[in-house]
Amino acid sequence: MTVAGLAATFGSGAMTNSIDEIEYTDLILATGTNTTENHPIIGAKVKRAVRRHGTKLIVIDPRRIDLVKYADIWLRQKPGTDVAVINGLMNVILAEGLEDKPYIAERTEGFDALKAMVARYTPEYVERISGVPAEDLKKAARMYAAAKRASILYAMGITQHISGTDNVKSCANLSMLCGNVGIEGGGVNPLRGQNNVQGACDMGALPNVYPAYQQVANDDVRRKFEAAWGASLSPKPGLTIMEMMAAAGQGKIKALYIMGENPLLSDPDLHHVKKELEKLDLLVVQDIFMTETAAIADVVLPAASFAEKDGTFSNTERRVQRVRKALEPPGEAKTDWEVICGISNAFGYPMNYASAKEIFEEAASVTPSYAGITYKRIDKEGIQWPCPTHEHKGTRFLHKDKFSRGLGLFSAIEYIPPAELPDQDYPFLMTTGRVLYHYHTGTMTRRSKGPSERYPTSLVEINPADAEKLNIADGQTVVVASRRGEVEAKAQLTEKSAPGTIFMNFHFTDTPVNLLTNPALDPIGKIPEYKVCAVKLQAA
Amino acid sequence: MEKKVTLTIDGQEVSVNPGQTVLEAARSLGIYIPTLCHYANTTNVGACRVCVVEVENARSLVASCCMPVSPGMVVRTNTPAVRAAQKMIIELLWSSGDHNCLTCEQNGACELQNLIYWLKIDKPRFPIEPPGHALDESNTMITRDLNKCVLCGRCIRACNEIQVNEVLDFSMRGSYAKVGPAFDTDYIDSSCVFCGECLQVCPTGAITFKQAKFAGRPWELEKVRTTCAYCGVGCQMDLYIKDNKIVKVMGNREYGQPNEGSLCVKGRFAMDFVSHPDRLKKPLIRANKKEDFKEVSWDEAFKFIGDKLKAIKTEYGADSVAGLASARCTNEENYLFQKFMRAGVGTNNVDHCARL
Ligand code: SF4
Ligand code: SF4
Ligand code: SF4
Ligand code: FES
Repeated sequence: MTVAGLAATFGSGAMTNSIDEIEYTDLILATGTNTTENHPIIGAKVKRAVRRHGTKLIVIDPRRIDLVKYADIWLRQKPGTDVAVINGLMNVILAEGLEDKPYIAERTEGFDALKAMVARYTPEYVERISGVPAEDLKKAARMYAAAKRASILYAMGITQHISGTDNVKSCANLSMLCGNVGIEGGGVNPLRGQNNVQGACDMGALPNVYPAYQQVANDDVRRKFEAAWGASLSPKPGLTIMEMMAAAGQGKIKALYIMGENPLLSDPDLHHVKKELEKLDLLVVQDIFMTETAAIADVVLPAASFAEKDGTFSNTERRVQRVRKALEPPGEAKTDWEVICGISNAFGYPMNYASAKEIFEEAASVTPSYAGITYKRIDKEGIQWPCPTHEHKGTRFLHKDKFSRGLGLFSAIEYIPPAELPDQDYPFLMTTGRVLYHYHTGTMTRRSKGPSERYPTSLVEINPADAEKLNIADGQTVVVASRRGEVEAKAQLTEKSAPGTIFMNFHFTDTPVNLLTNPALDPIGKIPEYKVCAVKLQAA
Repeated sequence: MEKKVTLTIDGQEVSVNPGQTVLEAARSLGIYIPTLCHYANTTNVGACRVCVVEVENARSLVASCCMPVSPGMVVRTNTPAVRAAQKMIIELLWSSGDHNCLTCEQNGACELQNLIYWLKIDKPRFPIEPPGHALDESNTMITRDLNKCVLCGRCIRACNEIQVNEVLDFSMRGSYAKVGPAFDTDYIDSSCVFCGECLQVCPTGAITFKQAKFAGRPWELEKVRTTCAYCGVGCQMDLYIKDNKIVKVMGNREYGQPNEGSLCVKGRFAMDFVSHPDRLKKPLIRANKKEDFKEVSWDEAFKFIGDKLKAIKTEYGADSVAGLASARCTNEENYLFQKFMRAGVGTNNVDHCARL
């Protein structure tokens, strides 16, 4: 996914450019991001760019999302065929000699292999795979190549596939091909879904790296952390979330400590996840509500919400910003960091901190990209990492003049079809995602009046032509079934969904869409293929 | 660099960039000119004329927010004619609405009220004749009382030019003019996405935060700046607090990037979960899955977890323990979590839902 894909290509896995640059660039290519619903403020900047600053917009998305209204060109590919489309764009650019030759020569490697590979992805071939008309593809390629500065935006629509890591690398290929990485207004920009995904990754909440992506398997790095933490550390990379669940099912993981996550609504193939979690000897869940996952735990710990604690979040453009305590937590709830300290002390590894600030200072001392950041410096405005020293102003865009890994690496990426495609028994293709009014597993938004009023129950978006064939009326309850399970939801007839495709969200407990989704994983990023699975539909 | 333009305002000389307005030039000198329809980062429409000034050799008073500077211009901002014009405008606005500050949520934070005070108007010279619009209370987020609308059009420009949601416009003209969604519908029946930008820019009590009604007067609220807890944009916002509750949430233009004072429906209207009665308040334990949870003290909970983890580690090894940190928790908490798993427990089995 994002970190793996971009890290392999550039040497650093994060949004390369800044949010404010989006409004003032020459062209935006938005793919796999329903920006106006999932990142509304970035969506507003895209729309402002188009309406007020003359920026061109290319949208690549199977759904007729809101941004399509603002687009110069919309490529409606079949779900899961992103790599083919991007290869097709590069094919046209190379065939017409529109690539940035000096940039490729000076700043990249692996170009010849890429060129050889994309040669096969002629617009006609891509049309057969993706359904995108060859002429539209050519127009989009020329428009992208003609822009002086072009920014690629992407989100889960790119990463939540078995080919997620490949999709990310493909975006990076396209961007480098036209010399768009390392310039103001350009870049490859993953829009991260949750408020602090970027920070959680930066801080080493990943099985293979310490803070700042320093490898646990690297001896020098490990020795540094052993000295800093006064403990001997394991050189063996750990398990990813999906591997943990499987290992729990096999009895290899006995205890699981979960802080603020709800895998029992968010993970694919939920029936399975529940069985796996129930095998644990100890499941500890620390959260603000009794989530689906907490309900099957052995110990549930009440946590403080974001409004009840101090700290920092790192946003999708690498900006480290302050979170400030505004309220006292209810009852005996404690901040997550106080709880971790309590458990650690009881376990026998002493942890004593007086404040979040003290923890931040320790973290910054072992996280080179955060080394120059202090609470004092970010009091008025957040700083974008890398910020190595107290004098450094932070970094608006990455890879200026030189990539973190030296040369930018082109990867020749072939298209692989999604793991599960519609067939006679399951004739519809289902994609999943979020809607404007809710967030993630909905524990917070479903308990907020306004969003619940505007979007009270789970809707399944169906193309009107399909609905007519199946005799489904707008607002009618339908049963959606895959090989793994079934759920009910209300039909919403809309041209947003292409014929043969439905869209569902995963915000609602009553409609646990992840009973249906396919746990097939991207082999490198280990993200499940939420975006494509085969289902059937009928009126309830 | 373009050549600067020099002009005189209230006897002070000032040099500014060509294309700047008289209003901007005056502000750069620290001279106050009142405004109402003007709103930064939106088109200047010159609708209210509250910002009028005298320009030497001009035939009539000019709206400073729309007037570009020119070399040698001589401007006066505080002459009797200027004040008389401003009073006339404000008295007209006052008398053509239902500005009953006694029950208005904006009391103390209203730009019309402030202008009346600043211009030292006791009462309007015209009879008060409110238009009698029905209230839009169609939803739980935004209340609209167009009887308090001064037709400045800021909400329209915010909706179209800042958020580009393209919902609001004027309907009808002249003395029947009205702002709102197309076909004069209520917000809930329109394509409104409840970003609340219109509410944030409205100078009066015409568009207000519904759930904040009767929850606290502007001067009783404590304001705490923080970062939104929803998506990865990381919008900067002010939480307005009273009695340990979030009363309302507002953006703040002064905070700059990444959101320049704008918010979306989640940041603005989805914060009531914080004081929801379902919040967990005590540690809970059950000895086996068939039992119900029992409330325990923190010490008991910590000891239970610590002992159990120690026993599991001793029997099955450190790699039989795993932890999920969280993309919703702070950097500090994620740092500490992985430190505990790695240095405390001794395993790298730590991940979070970045992939989801
Ligand atoms: S809430 Fe937002 S979308 Fe709705 S009318 Fe106001 S500015 Fe427009
Ligand atoms: S509703 Fe408020 S912002 Fe909109 S025109 Fe009326 S007074 Fe101005
Ligand atoms: S206010 Fe909306 S756009 Fe801004 S961070 Fe929160 S959820 Fe994202
Ligand atoms: S503020 Fe200048 S005309 Fe309204």
